[in-house]
Amino acid sequence: MARREETPLDQETYERVLAEELAKGTDRRVAEGRARSAAVRAYRAAHGDGASATPAGAAPAPAAAAAAPAPATAAAPAPAATAAPVPAAAPVAAAMMPTPVREAPPPTGNVPEPKKGAPEKHRLLALVPPEGIQRVEREQGDRINVWPHLLIEEFIALLVVSAGLVVFSTFVNAPLRELANPNLTPNPSKAPWYFLGLQELLRYFHPLVAGVTIPFVIILTGLAAAPFIDRNPSTKPGDRKLAITMFTMLFMFGATLTIIGSFFRGTGYNWVWPWAQGVFFEL
Amino acid sequence: MKLKPPSPGEVLDRVRETEVWKSMFRPGSIFRRGYKDTSRDRALATMNNVLYHLHPVKMKRHGLKLTYTFCLGGLSFFLFILLTVTGIFLMFFYRPMADIGGAIAYGDMQSIRTAVFFGDLVRNLHRWGAHLMVFSVTLHMARVFYTGAYKPPREFNWVVGVILLFLTLGLSFTGYLLPWDQLAIWAITVGTSLAGYSPFVAKQANFVLLGGVVVGPQTLLRWYVLHVLALPFVLVLFLSVHFWRIRKDGGISGPL
Repeated sequence: MARREETPLDQETYERVLAEELAKGTDRRVAEGRARSAAVRAYRAAHGDGASATPAGAAPAPAAAAAAPAPATAAAPAPAATAAPVPAAAPVAAAMMPTPVREAPPPTGNVPEPKKGAPEKHRLLALVPPEGIQRVEREQGDRINVWPHLLIEEFIALLVVSAGLVVFSTFVNAPLRELANPNLTPNPSKAPWYFLGLQELLRYFHPLVAGVTIPFVIILTGLAAAPFIDRNPSTKPGDRKLAITMFTMLFMFGATLTIIGSFFRGTGYNWVWPWAQGVFFEL
Repeated sequence: MKLKPPSPGEVLDRVRETEVWKSMFRPGSIFRRGYKDTSRDRALATMNNVLYHLHPVKMKRHGLKLTYTFCLGGLSFFLFILLTVTGIFLMFFYRPMADIGGAIAYGDMQSIRTAVFFGDLVRNLHRWGAHLMVFSVTLHMARVFYTGAYKPPREFNWVVGVILLFLTLGLSFTGYLLPWDQLAIWAITVGTSLAGYSPFVAKQANFVLLGGVVVGPQTLLRWYVLHVLALPFVLVLFLSVHFWRIRKDGGISGPL
């Protein structure tokens, strides 16, 4: 977008015209616009920049009034409706070349009077170059309808798992041992399988480490913090060898401990070979 | 004049024309008459269904690839539904009481296995499904890690997922005690003994968990309430956030 340039002003003209306009009882916003316009012209007349364009420098106030097209353009640095050929007009106007032929009657310079009873409205006139409009660019990509493609796939997955589970449950009964007896500790006593990795860790570490520090501090906090630690934006496996290695190690570490605790620990939680001494594991 | 009974197809067509049927199935439903296999009706089928509208209308094509997600998240959710349904069934026949001399809980377990229609099957489904859910949630986490799906803007959803994993473990662990057999109480005794090592609050933590100093009838009631009400409630809350964030964070991650 073209940078908005600060147009130099003739401060003296500005103040004089503003005072004149205000004395006439013009609206302040309009008066400021006219004064600004006059000041720009005065500056140009004095500094030779576009001096031949208009005699506005000599009689600033009326000419400026004619050039001010609408009250709200006060904010714009240069008069927007450049019906008069001002060479060094604002870059915005330059971007509009060639200027279309204007069919409407030339601006009178008078502030249009709102109709009686019309609601008070803000008038805003602005020229926006195409570059200034924010364009939302979203890659359309290769997109498919969720129904039927994804939903059918999900439905099949659901059916397969249900069928497998029903068949398994029909033939394999969940264990139900004898009534709980707090006075009779079974040997070995094992936690549910997903905690057997921790129980295995208890063999090697103090409970404060194995039971509290590792599961809660390292695993829970570490996992939750993973996205905030790993700031690598890439999802390509080749770019994230360290992350993948570390996660795989952690995962395999847990899986190995769980498998050892499940199948390689027998009476007295001592080491056994499952193919020799049997499996001491119940789900 | 001979009246001919309408064929089943005609009956179905007439039923689908009724106001009641049309009020039940919103436009775009495949059960509504006049469903056309057009892009518009496909979009409406997703949008106008309370279950399907968890999904967007359109998704990236690569998300269909089975080896990207292995359906693990969806299956974890399905297992949660299955466990809720079978769990409600089991609740009709189970009382969490284990006072000395009258272990009603264990008696109820035995009658579920022997006296209740499909009791054994439903209990098996509940138990195996629970183990499978722990497994699938863990694998889902691994899948999300390997595809880098926890990266911005999905960091928070990963954190929610870690919470869901721990809630799943909590649900499975609290359910483990309910049969009130030797396997149950000793697994829980071993598992909760770890809480006795927590710094500063060892005794308090144990007491809150067990409702006493050892696993007893109070523990059973406490864990029953946690298992059937408190933890599922919390899980559903986090699950809602999890699903909502998937959509808000731009749907399926990738492609790699």
